[in-house]
Amino acid sequence: MTAEKQVRVWPRVVQRIAFALIWTAALATLMVLAFIVLYVLRLGLPHVDWRFLSRYPEAMGREGGILPAIVGTVVLTLAAVAVAAPLGIGAAVFLTEYTWESRVTRAVRFGAEALAGVPSIIYGLFGFIFFVTYLRMGWSILSGALTLAIMILPTIIRTAEEAILTVPRPYRDVSFGLGATRWQMVTSVVLPTALPGIVTGIILAIGRSVGETAAIIFTAGTALTMPTSLLSPARTMSVHFFVLAIEGISLEKAYATGAILILTTLLINVLANWLVVNAVRRHARRG
Amino acid sequence: MEGLRERLIARTLLVVACSVVLALAIITYFIFRAGLPIIFHLGLDDFLFSTRWMPADEGGSYGIGAMALGSLWVTLGALVVGVPLGVAVAVFSAELAPTWLANLIRPAIQLLAGIPSVIYGFVGLMVLVPWVRQHLGGPGLCVFTAAIVLGIMILPNIISISEDSLRAVPPAYRQGALALGATRWQTIWGVLIPAARSGIMASIILGMGRALGETMAVIMMIGNSLQVPRSLLDPATTLTSNIGLEMAYASGQHREALFATGVVLFAFIMILNLIANVVSRRRVQA
Amino acid sequence: MNDDTKILVEEFSAFYGENEVVKRMTLPVRRHEILALFGPAGGGKTTLLRSMNRLTDNTRHARHHGRILVDGKDIFAPEVDVVHLRRRVGMIFALPVPLPMSVYDNIAYGPRMSGIRARKRLDESVERSLNRAAMWDEMKDRLAESALHLSGGQQQRLSIARVLAMEPEVILLDEPTAALDPISTLKIEQMLLNLKAQCTVVIVPHNIQQAARLADHAAFVLMGELVEYSDGRKLFTTPGDKRTEDYITGRFG
Repeated sequence: MTAEKQVRVWPRVVQRIAFALIWTAALATLMVLAFIVLYVLRLGLPHVDWRFLSRYPEAMGREGGILPAIVGTVVLTLAAVAVAAPLGIGAAVFLTEYTWESRVTRAVRFGAEALAGVPSIIYGLFGFIFFVTYLRMGWSILSGALTLAIMILPTIIRTAEEAILTVPRPYRDVSFGLGATRWQMVTSVVLPTALPGIVTGIILAIGRSVGETAAIIFTAGTALTMPTSLLSPARTMSVHFFVLAIEGISLEKAYATGAILILTTLLINVLANWLVVNAVRRHARRG
Repeated sequence: MEGLRERLIARTLLVVACSVVLALAIITYFIFRAGLPIIFHLGLDDFLFSTRWMPADEGGSYGIGAMALGSLWVTLGALVVGVPLGVAVAVFSAELAPTWLANLIRPAIQLLAGIPSVIYGFVGLMVLVPWVRQHLGGPGLCVFTAAIVLGIMILPNIISISEDSLRAVPPAYRQGALALGATRWQTIWGVLIPAARSGIMASIILGMGRALGETMAVIMMIGNSLQVPRSLLDPATTLTSNIGLEMAYASGQHREALFATGVVLFAFIMILNLIANVVSRRRVQA
Repeated sequence: MNDDTKILVEEFSAFYGENEVVKRMTLPVRRHEILALFGPAGGGKTTLLRSMNRLTDNTRHARHHGRILVDGKDIFAPEVDVVHLRRRVGMIFALPVPLPMSVYDNIAYGPRMSGIRARKRLDESVERSLNRAAMWDEMKDRLAESALHLSGGQQQRLSIARVLAMEPEVILLDEPTAALDPISTLKIEQMLLNLKAQCTVVIVPHNIQQAARLADHAAFVLMGELVEYSDGRKLFTTPGDKRTEDYITGRFG
């Protein structure tokens, strides 16, 4: 009788302990996230004002603002997306609409997966030896953007492919049935319907570009000047933040730059989530 | 006319898709071309296992043994922190969390993945390093600190893939176990986790790749000392952080040696990715 | 070949992989008539229908033998432009599929795909098609509304109007009323009877009663084989084949 009772009670005790640990793990993860965000914002935001955003740095960044780094980040990111988005969306359209599973699609999928796993320092080395040195582009926005473009390509392909696969099959039959060519079908039905998902992927890729350091530092350089062309070197906010922090130039400015980085990351994530939720809601209404 | 245009578009898209493969090929070729010669010159054994890395030596000494050990310790440490935590959060999110909390956790994990690695490194440097120095001793800039922060950084990889594979377990498994009188925990531990193990394994291997490849955060926390760490509280350096620090000024043979380090890293990560690929493919077949 | 034959299915077989779903069928479709293809589910009717405007091109592992002639020309001949074929032979599916755009854009979709850009021509085409589908009055003030907001019956009639906008010579319908209420069904049947004046109609009916109401000619299809083809009235009152009779009287299927 006691043995039987033990058998019944013991699993419940184990369960209670296990669940308590799991809850702790989940809450701890959320708290770590909250801590990182709030820590940087609390110490950084007081040093952020309009002058910080709109002025040139002085004394290696010890004084003044981060305008060139903001411009560098924006230009570099836009250039990378301008290259990667058409390629990524094109590849996704090819994989989903223009071919059956075959050796080619397996090769492309393998390539995308492998690229996604390559660490950014390797991209940095590659960008340096290929774009900067071999193609003689020098430390420039162009070298950095092309390196970044390859890096974010897998994200854009994967998210675009997923978004395209959610477009209902009958839309394609209807479009073909009404005499559309394949490309007309893609541009008039598939891409517009998949747009929220595709844009979400691009936004996440932008987030990755903004936060990237290792791949950029050896390709776009660290020059703290205002870029004047695609061949100028540039310093992004992440690189600037890294240099400020590791060389101990100015903790105050580092915190402030970090706060801007965190805010950008937050904004990007909120935007991406909002798009996803909106798309889901629209689908629900449709069904 | 229309037919010709369509064929042209189809051909263009094929080329675009193949650019992915081309990019991978070019990256592999150029990294190996820049790094392999010096490995042959020094001999693979010496390069991999010698712990003396002294570009200033007469003729230069390039052995990546110490950094490789540093990478190994930091990566294993990150797994010790990240795997239990990550799998627990995945179980929580897939099985235990009330819907509203699960809906909160997913974007939170996405945000965790989106925070730049320099921020992780910086917060580690400002918060964790002084804490370790004060309470555990040593300089604070050490394997231990880097491993903890890296463990947090790989959480999103582990959580999202593990959660997906937990959710992919057929509901019949869960109902079957519960119907036999198992508690929820017995069901999770005895049925769901084993059923999802290939996905969880894949997530761990990918997290390992991420930890091994992380550079900036590690540079900021590990102390960058070219010695073999004797304890977790010793400073050390890793393959990545050494490349990241020395590329800025290296030239000639020194630079080649850094590319050779990149070759080793690249090869390792590719192998890890292949293993993850095979492991998760097995899940599809099963 | 008879001049009043619009489509001739000739020794036609269709396969999915090794599975022969249409078996050596030969069957005419006469101009300005309604042909009903009926029989138990899974008998190959839909595949035959989809073959008639080559939507099967988009199905992996789909193959065929034999020919389908439209106006005496084999639609599978290498010189045939499949896009052009689909503009001549329109298709309506079992579930209404409004594209996620406005009512107007749905109807103007076909004309636009064939290169018509002029607003005036599109306006005319939309109005004419909606009139022919007998829904101009209920739709004329809702043209800018999303087609996703229409009722199921309206959506299916919209699908028909959308096909009519291409001025097709043939309309293929695959159980067009399967998801609709009786009143919408009646409206669509009436519309089809009116359409005969302009085009040729091939329908896979929703049930035998519908086949009997609509068909000028009817074909009974069983497990990929054509069992019987004859005049509609004759086939439903005095079937020539035992299997047809069994099916019509409800002994199987």
